[in-house]
Amino acid sequence: MPDDPHHDAAEAADHDNWQLGGTHRKVDAMERMRGITRYTDDLKLPGLLHGKIKRSPHAHARIVSIDTSRALAIAGVHAVVTGRDFPIPYGIIPWTPDENALAVDKALYVGDGVAAVAAVDEETAIEAVDAIEVEYEVLPGLFDPEESLASDLQINPYSRKGNLSKKVELEFGDVEGGLSGAHLVVEGEYFFEGTTHAAIEPHCAVAHVERGGSAGDDGLLTVWSATQVSHYLHRELSKVLEVPAHRIRVIQPPLGGAFGGKSEPFDLEFCVAKLAMITGRPVKILYTREEVFYSHRGRHPMLMKYRTGFSRDGKITAVDANTLIDGGAYSSFGLVTTYYSGQLLCSPYDFGSYRFHSRRAYTNKPACGPKRGHGSVQPRFAIEVQLDKAAVALGVDPIELRRRNDMGEGAKTVNEFQIGSNGFLECLRRVEEASGWKERRTTLPYGRGLGVAGSTYISGTNYPIYPNAMPQAAVQVCLDRSGRARVFSGANDIGQGSNTMLAVIVGEELGLPLEDIRVLSADTDLCPVDLGAYSSRITLMVGNACLDAAHRLRRKVCGAVAKRWEVPVRRVTLVERKAIDIEDPDRHIDIAEAFSWAEEDHGLLGEVGSYNTPKDRHGDYRGGTIGASPAYSFTSHIAEVEVDEETGVVTVGTIWVAHDCGRALSRRIVEGQMEGSAYMGFAEALMEQHIVDPDHGGVHPAPSLLDYRIPTFIDTPQLRSLIVEAPDEQGPYGAKEAGEGPLHPSIPAIANAIYDAVGIRLDSLPFSPPRVLQALEQRRAAEAAGELAPHKGTARRTA
Amino acid sequence: MSSPSPASLLSVRINGEPVQVAVQPHHTLLEVLRYQLDLIGSKQGCDKGDCGACTVQIDGEPQLACLTLAIHAEGRDVTTVEGLATGHGGVHPLQDAFDRWDAAQCGFCTPGILMSAEALVRKTPRPVTDPEVRAALAGNLCRCTGYTKIIDAVIDASRLMHTDDETADGAGQAPTRPAAAAQ
Ligand code: FES
Ligand code: FES
Repeated sequence: MPDDPHHDAAEAADHDNWQLGGTHRKVDAMERMRGITRYTDDLKLPGLLHGKIKRSPHAHARIVSIDTSRALAIAGVHAVVTGRDFPIPYGIIPWTPDENALAVDKALYVGDGVAAVAAVDEETAIEAVDAIEVEYEVLPGLFDPEESLASDLQINPYSRKGNLSKKVELEFGDVEGGLSGAHLVVEGEYFFEGTTHAAIEPHCAVAHVERGGSAGDDGLLTVWSATQVSHYLHRELSKVLEVPAHRIRVIQPPLGGAFGGKSEPFDLEFCVAKLAMITGRPVKILYTREEVFYSHRGRHPMLMKYRTGFSRDGKITAVDANTLIDGGAYSSFGLVTTYYSGQLLCSPYDFGSYRFHSRRAYTNKPACGPKRGHGSVQPRFAIEVQLDKAAVALGVDPIELRRRNDMGEGAKTVNEFQIGSNGFLECLRRVEEASGWKERRTTLPYGRGLGVAGSTYISGTNYPIYPNAMPQAAVQVCLDRSGRARVFSGANDIGQGSNTMLAVIVGEELGLPLEDIRVLSADTDLCPVDLGAYSSRITLMVGNACLDAAHRLRRKVCGAVAKRWEVPVRRVTLVERKAIDIEDPDRHIDIAEAFSWAEEDHGLLGEVGSYNTPKDRHGDYRGGTIGASPAYSFTSHIAEVEVDEETGVVTVGTIWVAHDCGRALSRRIVEGQMEGSAYMGFAEALMEQHIVDPDHGGVHPAPSLLDYRIPTFIDTPQLRSLIVEAPDEQGPYGAKEAGEGPLHPSIPAIANAIYDAVGIRLDSLPFSPPRVLQALEQRRAAEAAGELAPHKGTARRTA
Repeated sequence: MSSPSPASLLSVRINGEPVQVAVQPHHTLLEVLRYQLDLIGSKQGCDKGDCGACTVQIDGEPQLACLTLAIHAEGRDVTTVEGLATGHGGVHPLQDAFDRWDAAQCGFCTPGILMSAEALVRKTPRPVTDPEVRAALAGNLCRCTGYTKIIDAVIDASRLMHTDDETADGAGQAPTRPAAAAQ
């Protein structure tokens, strides 16, 4: 099968690796550092109008009337739109279209958009928004998911099951038997309070309608948006605006961070498009930082009740998970989140049996959605602390307990996912060694501790969001006679470096340095469809598609050279801007000449490559495809903490992060993903809380980058990244994901280190000083009552 | 249309060039730089002094352009990231180090961080240390990198800048990382 990209993996291994696994300057970083890259808010078009969205001050209210006449009368105001202008509901998941671009009859959370204006400048737009009069009938706000599920007052008008957004119950094997026969059953209740993405670039969108010329009389609507899912945005714009897709062009300019927070359409994209269509002028909306917090779609609060059975030697016999998920006002990705909360838990450990029951409730809060490690960071916290509790109870080293439960390479999980390569044991070994675990853990004094945790994550999902059998990724590569390549990819580079990843693959295959490769991405007019930057799919899927195209070109070029040199094609390789005869390295020609020869033989040099997922690597029960991936990454962390007994402050000194990414295509970029992930998990463990205040009508108490405490340079621990490579036959050159998996163990590793330091279990996040002090007090009381021995044998003063 | 306040004529040096521009007295330096002068390198992440993405230098000191009224810059020297490489042959050693270390992921925080870092390395008469970098950059948030590669890059650049006979090819050394070295 000469066209199979996986064929290349073997071949590449014995050709050059002249780019693979090296360090690279990113293809697009220098212009960002010079300040010349144009992000969305940097675009300037003649006649640009500024838009603003009017937002509900109530968490739950019927809209009785909206009077826009005063706003429209202000000089400089060009148009006003309301929910009535967008009657068609949408949703990123096609089964749950439950939101409108602007609220039609009801506002469902504080900050829900109800109207939007376009005006000559921002100040006029703000004045116009203030002049819009909305009459509300205020309804009771439901902020607690249990309360909301019990209430007859339905929050989301499109919901089919009251305030139940989604429910999933799945059982694999004999859970009750596994628990009743267990030597030890650990029961725990864990609470994750919810966090948000806080990308430094606020959401922004610009739209413009061009008429006449090649755009035709109907016009071409161009939407520039700071999105990580151009294709889905394209589809939803078409549906809601009732404009055929071919008359819409979506461009994602360089993006200032996303982390899942820009992975579905937002009100501003529909509003700029509609306002541009009405006014005939370009319109921009830039969210304020406060709006970013209210738009949210961040990590779901989850209440997780776990029972885990263990045999005497520490093998997991059963896991029983019951999870209540607080979804906020809209579905977002909630259907998937609900599945992920259970489906992604079943590796790296072998569960003897498993049951999960997850429910997602609507509440009158900003909607939750996917944040880095979608749906699985919260349950990972629960299970990894369960394991730590078992290790203590059984007197087994926590790393050893994990080793005993490792499922290994090629395993099938209890929920029937097919695992490929598996570097988990190596991850454990690397962090154990680097942290000095064996020597130090037993000798660290009271107040200091080490904790370990492990995890797994997907490299993309086997099925796209809307059902279709077309490739999940496609890339086009063109060569030109000056010896350069252009890559056209629909994938969204959100800072993770996917454009550089594509250049590395093309460079490797065609003998080019990265500076000879231009990557044009995320423009729906120029690039093939790609599904976007989510589920850690790009390296594996788009990488495979790119390798497919690059390999076709490589064969043409090598063939043309071999023909002229009259040698077998396997003697020709492409490196360092040259075609070289492997057996006679003195014979070589410039790559531009090699490309010219190939163009003489084949005509213009352009190839497309596609990738689709294998469909035989999951169970065939209902929901068995959700969470299944072509390949799984593995991670282990060890965190070192110090707990201040007097203030309750937890300081994380170092986190060692070992991650099996299959094959590191570009080492520093992989390390950067590992470090960024570990940082983000650390932040969620100790600092961040995305909440609304029910006692103040559902307002966000901290919608700013100062009050929503995200770690600074000073707060962030030393992060030590240790790349582990267990190549997977499904990935390009064996590569798997690195952008989300390395976040997962941060929280439980820190929780377990806190236990090691001072003997307290903090099962609610974040681990803030008041919670630490309270738990320390309880521990002291238990010790005083003789129920517990002093932790680490330390006799301490009483409180 | 909101009634404009009378504009003032602002005279300022920006990246070494004298500039005269009519500004609204309530407009910030960031607004004037970005939207009037098309100096888009300075970024806006919060518009209220929390993130540092808008950091520029006024008379050589890092300042938040979103909290500085434009008229405050009257008669002063403003340097933005666009002017950072002036006198360095088009690429400042910090930019080069950030590029080699892949210290810019999305790059949105990077211009502000470069402006803070430049002041640190300029004022420190020797290579800077990890705690010094952390302290000097504490007002600049980055959400992508976990800060690690940024610290590596600043230390690396400062070492190169203090090595007189360093060749100009920018091939810097990896900062010593004890744990990594143990591998
Ligand atoms: S934009 Fe100035 S500090 Fe955030
Ligand atoms: S590189 Fe993205 S915020 Fe720093």
